[in-house]
Amino acid sequence: MKTIREINEKIKKGKIVVVTAEEIIDIVDKKGLKKAAQEVDVVTTGTFGPMCSSGAYFNIGHSKPRIKLGGGGCKVNDVPAYAGFAAVDIYLGATALPDDDPCNKVYPGEFKYGGGHVIQELVAGKDLRLEASAYGTDCYPRRRLETLINIKDLNEAVLFNIRNCYQNYNVAVNLSDKIIYTYMGVLKPRLGNANYCSAGQLSPLLNDPHYKTLGIGTKIFLGGGVGYVSWWGTQHNPGVKRKENAVPCVAGGTIAVIGDLKQMKSEWLVGTSMLGYGATLTVGIGIPIPILDEEICRYTAVRDEEIYTSIVDYSQAYPQLASGSLGEVNYAQLKSGKISLQKKEVPTGALSSYYKAKEIAEELKSWIKKGNFSLSEPVASLPEARSGYAFKSLKERPLSYKDAHL
Amino acid sequence: MISKRIVLHFPHRLVDQPIVYRLVKDFNLRFNILKASVTPQEEGLMVLELSGEKDNYNSGIKYLKECGVKIQPLSRDVVRNEAKCTDCGACVPICPTQALEVDPKTRKVIFHNKKCIACELCVKICPTRAMEIHF
Repeated sequence: MKTIREINEKIKKGKIVVVTAEEIIDIVDKKGLKKAAQEVDVVTTGTFGPMCSSGAYFNIGHSKPRIKLGGGGCKVNDVPAYAGFAAVDIYLGATALPDDDPCNKVYPGEFKYGGGHVIQELVAGKDLRLEASAYGTDCYPRRRLETLINIKDLNEAVLFNIRNCYQNYNVAVNLSDKIIYTYMGVLKPRLGNANYCSAGQLSPLLNDPHYKTLGIGTKIFLGGGVGYVSWWGTQHNPGVKRKENAVPCVAGGTIAVIGDLKQMKSEWLVGTSMLGYGATLTVGIGIPIPILDEEICRYTAVRDEEIYTSIVDYSQAYPQLASGSLGEVNYAQLKSGKISLQKKEVPTGALSSYYKAKEIAEELKSWIKKGNFSLSEPVASLPEARSGYAFKSLKERPLSYKDAHL
Repeated sequence: MISKRIVLHFPHRLVDQPIVYRLVKDFNLRFNILKASVTPQEEGLMVLELSGEKDNYNSGIKYLKECGVKIQPLSRDVVRNEAKCTDCGACVPICPTQALEVDPKTRKVIFHNKKCIACELCVKICPTRAMEIHF
């Protein structure tokens, strides 16, 4: 048994033993669980995939004379940002698009530039065009503002993602006779391909399936800088079906994360365009898992062949919110390049980069080794499997004329 | 015997002439059309796998050039912007010739130039638009 405090002491003294979630597999294999849990202090995880519920807020500073963007409108490089706050705070979402983007009117839309791309350029230090309009008040008289902005001049620039880092995810296929364009990529007709999106054995929440070490306040690698788990993510769904090893076999938990955008790097926050679907941001996240005991060590030693996920038809079942999985596969099968489904050999494709996930786990490992990154004690836990916390669908209650002045 | 994949750009004035036919008839070359497009206002573009005896091949290429056809090797057509590629692998199942594959060890996406037929399917589906067309 170890404590996070003891682990941090070891980090300070330069005596820390830290390995990646890939390396721990072999270590447990060779040395056994007991010895591995004693010797290894921290296991680093990583993931790098498109995460649509991402965004950034910034404070641009007050102009002279003053302007109140709150209640007005604001665009950054033609992409609308939300200005419904005080005078000069704005929030830019990853999937926002310029007003003149044809979207899917020219099908399939290309979505070459959106909020995610703006965030990447901001982080890269590029000047961005800010155009804002306001209604004008006695204390904030100005009604228009057009200026270049740069991350180095902003008071705060903060990445704040309300749902990232899904604990497992569907495999998407297409049973119909025509090609479809989804957030899971292009899906060719009649099971032409199967796309998945998880780092599997390297993925943070798959290595701590019951959220025993990570919780609110956990310090993480976020977009190349330091961030924190700020809350559980939207659609957090801990009560889903799990295998004997505690790992969910459908999309389960999620986290909300926050961090200083000024420290981050454009290499780890990449503007992304999904053909026929939209623009988004690919986010790099790495979470350290303290090996407090044998149970946690066992969780981190999980391997691709032990992590199962469900195959879902994105031509009918998914859009119609119908339940039903076409089957289960594990990540070793998915990574082999083909899976067998309905007597067909189906080639697989990934949206999440395992190569980059490994780089993140290695980078976080080197930060910890060098003593530049200490572990934090979570201040509160995420709702866990037995908490009863669950993700609900919308029960629509259509409006009638009687609701006009509710 | 040589075999090469090449991209032919036909100027507008040549589009209605049976030039590829002459490659067979006069130079005894074999061809496999991998891709062809002709638009009224633009030039014609054809991606060919051309094979035959070395001398015949060279004479055929010389004939094409004399006609005014621009020729370039196919591998230059679709290129990967290494700085933009994140090695996710979304392109892999879309490529019809397995020119894109994941290295099972490193999990990096490998682009085999020689297998590419420049169909350009990967260009638009790449989430970070790392696959680019270079003419």
